[in-house]
Amino acid sequence: MDIAAAKQIGAGLATLGMIGAGIGVGNIFGNFLSGALRNPAAAASQIGNLFVGAALAEALGILSFVLGILLKYG
Amino acid sequence: MDPIEQFRIVKLIDFGQVDLPLIGKTDLAFTNSHLAMTIAFLVIVAFMFIVTANMKVVPSRTQAVGETLFGMIDNMADSMIGAQGRALFPFVFTVFMFILAMNVLGLLLTFTVTSQLAITATFAALTIGLVLVIGFVKNGLGFFKLFVPAGVPWYAIWLVIPIEFVSFLLRPFTLALRLFGNMLGGHVALKVFAGFVVAMGALAAGGGFGVLGIPGAGLSLAMVVALTALECLVAFLQAFVFAVLTCIYLNDVVNLGHGH
Repeated sequence: MDIAAAKQIGAGLATLGMIGAGIGVGNIFGNFLSGALRNPAAAASQIGNLFVGAALAEALGILSFVLGILLKYG
Repeated sequence: MDPIEQFRIVKLIDFGQVDLPLIGKTDLAFTNSHLAMTIAFLVIVAFMFIVTANMKVVPSRTQAVGETLFGMIDNMADSMIGAQGRALFPFVFTVFMFILAMNVLGLLLTFTVTSQLAITATFAALTIGLVLVIGFVKNGLGFFKLFVPAGVPWYAIWLVIPIEFVSFLLRPFTLALRLFGNMLGGHVALKVFAGFVVAMGALAAGGGFGVLGIPGAGLSLAMVVALTALECLVAFLQAFVFAVLTCIYLNDVVNLGHGH
């Protein structure tokens, strides 16, 4: 297999890392929603924590995306 | 249509090669990235000037916009860093406003500056540099207590210290890559779907079975509209997340050892 083809396949495989980020972000928002429905009064104060958690989980998906871009165009 | 094409840096005014001390020979030019940053700066100054002009106790509509933005970051910094963080609020607010302006203007009008890794890495280096300076000035060598969380049993400490240390070293990278990746990814996705519209339209113009391209083009166009709305949210959210994480990292060193 030549190196150009291997790079394209590698870039495609790198995007699989986003599966994990999707599970993580879904978990955070899902749990927030179930918690917020049980105690709506406390929900507003946790919005900041929600987005920080989502951003931290998402960062790992972004890493895989950047890796894919690096492989494809680097 | 190459979706990466939009991130190319173009020299608008070339000053040619210059010889800098320490760095050596380098290119000096006024680029499109530079222009976009200047526009963002002017927009922020104009915005702040408008919202603070003829201030009243009961805010007018324009004043309320400024107060909401200011109050949001102020509340956030206050609840995270506490009373000692008052001095740090201007830094957090400046970074937030600049990133927000660059994100939103990049989406609507100019070149997207925050999709350049060099720019986001500079912001991350500024933030972590400030964290290090404050940490050492305020706590001296006690700064290293940051890597020894309280309440860890003695037999686990040898495992926790390297983990804490590595996670501290990774902070500037994740800070830079998160903003860069979000902006790059969003704009690439927008361009890819916009490219589909053109490709499907060309297919339909070919006649015959190509007519089937018309609903495809419409679907892609709807997708572009939906993605643009999503990107507006992301542009704001990423600026906010950057500000929140800046506050968290600053809080670590400002209130070292007695977190609240």
